[in-house]
Amino acid sequence: MSMLGALPWAVGRSKDRTQAGALNSASGLSLRLEDVSRVFSHHGQTVAALTSITLEVAAGEFVCLLGPSGCGKSTLLNLIAGLDTPTTGAIRVGGQPVEGPGTDRVLLFQEAALFPWLDVQRNVEFGLKQAGLPPQQRAAIARQWIERVNLTGFERHYVHQLSGGMRQRVAIARALAIDPAMLLMDEPFGALDALTRDRLHQELETLWAATRKTVIFVTHNVREAVALGDRVLVFSPRPGRIVGEFHIDLPRPRSLEDPGLVTRTAEVMAVLRAADADERAHGGRGR
Amino acid sequence: MSALTMTSRTTPAAERADWRPWLRRGVFYLALLAVWEGLARSGLWPGYLFPGPLTVLGALWDGLASGLFVRGALASLQRIVIGYLISLGIGTLLGLLLGRIRVLDETLGSLVMGLQALPSVCWLPLAILWLGLNERAILFVVVMGALFSITLGVESGVKNTPPHYVQAARNLGARGPALYTDVILPAALPAVLSGLKQGWSFAWRSLMAAELLYYTLSLGNLLQTGRDLNDAAQVMAVMVMIIAVGVAADQLVFTPLERRTRERWGLHR
Repeated sequence: MSMLGALPWAVGRSKDRTQAGALNSASGLSLRLEDVSRVFSHHGQTVAALTSITLEVAAGEFVCLLGPSGCGKSTLLNLIAGLDTPTTGAIRVGGQPVEGPGTDRVLLFQEAALFPWLDVQRNVEFGLKQAGLPPQQRAAIARQWIERVNLTGFERHYVHQLSGGMRQRVAIARALAIDPAMLLMDEPFGALDALTRDRLHQELETLWAATRKTVIFVTHNVREAVALGDRVLVFSPRPGRIVGEFHIDLPRPRSLEDPGLVTRTAEVMAVLRAADADERAHGGRGR
Repeated sequence: MSALTMTSRTTPAAERADWRPWLRRGVFYLALLAVWEGLARSGLWPGYLFPGPLTVLGALWDGLASGLFVRGALASLQRIVIGYLISLGIGTLLGLLLGRIRVLDETLGSLVMGLQALPSVCWLPLAILWLGLNERAILFVVVMGALFSITLGVESGVKNTPPHYVQAARNLGARGPALYTDVILPAALPAVLSGLKQGWSFAWRSLMAAELLYYTLSLGNLLQTGRDLNDAAQVMAVMVMIIAVGVAADQLVFTPLERRTRERWGLHR
């Protein structure tokens, strides 16, 4: 399908065109990890959370990191986000080495981390306010993103008045409003019911297709990974490492009923199971 | 208690039953006033030492009509508002620092905890020595009354702020002072409010104590004048004024603030 057709979403909204143009200017950046490892030391004991991760992600690519909990996926996201530093190795985003957090890479969490003292509108405006945008401009941008995540009419609602799925939509709008190059999603839909999750998959796919952001999506749900990713990387725990890589070239938008998707899910599942069996056999000491 | 908190959640049956506590309260106070009036009329104690509620009401009316009580209350209010605002400024800053900087918490934090245990009117002799018996000494005592409660309230609020708010905010570009004003303080608000409220009531108590000693027109001083004149009715009437101001501050400032915060955050009782 043509991505270009979906891109200029603000066409026909002449009033906001200039802001929208600025808003959609940054598409994704590439990501490169070279031999990245992270060792935590705790009370004199060292635990390797990640070993020797080498990974290349193209600009605008949707990559899913799949693995059981404790395999260092979230650690990897924190490293990319710049909230943590690798013990060895280098991380480059768009060719530039990562030095601390930056608004070009936004993290999204399972708990959405919306601010309960702000309503939906002000939550979405938050990053824009920090960037120093004047109130009118940030209100207009926030309104557009709220519309794009189908929450028009909920601008004045507070977080506790929203369902889990709506909270994730607000979090996505809040992240995209500051026009990052990369979304780092840490099991964002993990706590949602299956129906809501499926809907959010579709919405996320649509937004991604329109904005061409690079997405790194962490999950332990095989079907979710296959449904969303251009590529699925399977992680093995203790220490976290990549044990499998799948290119998912199914047509988009993807349907969960697609038999191809079911087949690929089974393939990925097999690798995940093998990694798990291996992990059990070696008691997690297979360094 | 209020119609606002009741509307969304309670059943019609609960709303119908809502007048009952008020009825019981009304009966209680009427009975109390009747017993009081009865005792005052019994002749057990002289009237100037133990006046009945009607006499006190008369004294209250006289005080209000002459403008004396109103001017006294305004003078006291002015002091507490100024003193409280100073405490709010210093206490917020201090609480933030203690909540975010570990070394300060371990050192200065323990001192604040210790000083919190000291009733602030104990500062009055020192304040008089340092500043003289004047407006500034009174203000000093008020500030000391509210400061530590506010500091500790802000500190615990800041410490208990879920780290993922700060993480999300930094990730969205919040830096430096904005991180404090836009995230850490508002996130701490529900916990901070109880400290603010306690600070207010401590400051109000200290102010009354300090005003007993300081001869300018004020609520605390009107108590002292009543004593000097052997006029228990005036003393009691002023006590009613002091309670009224305290309750009004609570009902007009702190309760609405708390309710608004709770509603926003979805923290229902």
